[in-house]
Amino acid sequence: MSDLASAADARASRRRWLLLAPALAILVFAAAGPLLITLVYSFLTPGDYGGVEYQFSWQAWFNVFAERDIFDDTLGWSDAHLSIFWRSVKLSLLTTLLCLFFGFPTAYFIATRPKKQRDLWMLLIIIPFWTNLLIRTFAIVELIRAEGTVNTLLLWLGVIDTPIQMLYTEFSILLGMVYVYIPLMVLPLYASMERLDFSLVEAGYDLYATRFQVLRRVILPLVKPGVIAGSILVFVPSLGAYVTPRVMGGGNQLMIGNLIELQFGQGRNWPLGAALSITLLAIVMIALLAYVRAAGTEEPHRA
Amino acid sequence: MATAISVKNIRKVYPGQPPVVALADASIGIRDNEFFTLLGPSGCGKTTLLRMIAGFEQPSSGSLTMHGEDLLELPPHKRPVNTVFQSYALFPHLTVAQNIGFGLEMLGKPKSEIKTTVGEMMELVKMSQMADRQTGQISGGQQQRVALARALAPKPRVLLLDEPLSALDFKLRKDMQLELKRLQTETGITFIFVTHDQEEALTMSDRIAVMSAGEIRQVGTPREIYDHPAERFVADFIGDTNFLPADLLSVSGEMAQVRLSSGREIAARTWEAGPQSGSITLAVRPEHASIGPVDEGLVTGTLGEVVYFGTDTHYHVALNDGTAFVVRLQNRPDAASSYATGDTVGIQFGAGVGQVLRD
Repeated sequence: MSDLASAADARASRRRWLLLAPALAILVFAAAGPLLITLVYSFLTPGDYGGVEYQFSWQAWFNVFAERDIFDDTLGWSDAHLSIFWRSVKLSLLTTLLCLFFGFPTAYFIATRPKKQRDLWMLLIIIPFWTNLLIRTFAIVELIRAEGTVNTLLLWLGVIDTPIQMLYTEFSILLGMVYVYIPLMVLPLYASMERLDFSLVEAGYDLYATRFQVLRRVILPLVKPGVIAGSILVFVPSLGAYVTPRVMGGGNQLMIGNLIELQFGQGRNWPLGAALSITLLAIVMIALLAYVRAAGTEEPHRA
Repeated sequence: MATAISVKNIRKVYPGQPPVVALADASIGIRDNEFFTLLGPSGCGKTTLLRMIAGFEQPSSGSLTMHGEDLLELPPHKRPVNTVFQSYALFPHLTVAQNIGFGLEMLGKPKSEIKTTVGEMMELVKMSQMADRQTGQISGGQQQRVALARALAPKPRVLLLDEPLSALDFKLRKDMQLELKRLQTETGITFIFVTHDQEEALTMSDRIAVMSAGEIRQVGTPREIYDHPAERFVADFIGDTNFLPADLLSVSGEMAQVRLSSGREIAARTWEAGPQSGSITLAVRPEHASIGPVDEGLVTGTLGEVVYFGTDTHYHVALNDGTAFVVRLQNRPDAASSYATGDTVGIQFGAGVGQVLRD
């Protein structure tokens, strides 16, 4: 190869790196960097007034899963943390399922409207999404609190004698999260349904499939990419949710997000907070891997 | 032969300003085991009628029965009819074999029976080698065959075909026309075929219904439709036709005596319920006429363009009464034409060749 050609190659390679630079910078400073700091912090000793002291310790990781009994000093599982993990995973799964349950027919309804009407329906889905999260959450609080709209209405109708305790329960957290995250389910579902060739649906009916069979055997397999994308988009932020469980759970129904915030705030235990953050990340990764693998196996083999 | 599907006074009006009439009191009887074609230009209502038989559209009024059983009561998945869609509508997430077996599976047939039938169907459409392919990996012609096999597998009493050949190239279309006719004969299933291609209709059908503007204009065998068109629209849509103004002199049964604009008289076919007197239009196919000397012609005119087509030559004649007339003569190497542009010629055709049109 001539020197000229290799010089041109080198220039092209330099230009490629230059063009990649912004993306690399964001990856390093906004993703890898903070993650690395979090990882390092999780192996350090907590400072007296927050922050960390640069002294290696396993204590934070130990505290994530285990605790020493205050009285007899025996070692046991950290029930408080494990129950919070369990609640987080459970509520996030339920949120995802409910979003799918309500989002699927919604997306199907919109996708089957005449073209001109679809944008309007989508706008109605997106508008709440543009509203501040806190405002939306407090709006739900107003609806379901003891003296709220729903209870007042039910009392007035004579259906109940005393207000139903809905707020500050797992139910209220679930309600809030489904309400907040449902657009994230509807959007990708709608995107894949809009591309659905409805003559395939007709072909299904033509070949003796009932409505349910058409849904299960034709529509679902074809919009599966939308179902997977929507489920991930709902599950991941649900697992790390902070505002909704804080407002709707009233401080006694913690989720992982609240627990982490507690460590960095009042708890003044940054290493534990960091270790919990890494744990959350691990749970998300494991859940996603399991989900994608399970969703992928149903696909027929492609030669 | 027994009537398989009976369409009576079917009307379909789509609401709007103004409302669109897709079908206006259409009535036909489709017989058992026949290859029946709905032929017409786009927007004539032929696909609407087909989709109505499949169950994807509901008529505004009228009745639709199959062997005396009311079809309109049944949802699409309960009708013993299957459709070959224009776009084929093969399930992209299933293999060729899974596509073909889909209908049988939905009917709850045992696995062993499905396997056997799918095998037979793939044999029938010559796709046995492709059983495990994804539908996206096979050619258009092969997709067509899979769509056919999928629709035939549940052994429907009637097979509906919605312009299934329109996406294929010329050569493949020719092959598939013969293939379809063979499949229909072999399976003995009633085929209802929708097309806008008159040649396709003529080559494959046992009977054809010519449609226009939501109405059925004429029903008959390809030969009846071609040789004895009932109306100007039918004569014009199927093949090429010359229209001659004439006076109806007398009618006896299906034969009539007419006087042409030249004053000469000739016998022509007519319709029993057709016009009885007055001015009418006579339809004469280009290949049913010939040109000759002026004094022997029924009508006379000046020879214009002479266009050579290989198998035949088209002679465009401007008649003395102002109408245009085309004569199509088969080419033979041993008989060169003795007429050239500018010659005055006479046009001849035999008694009973012309057809009196109803409108």
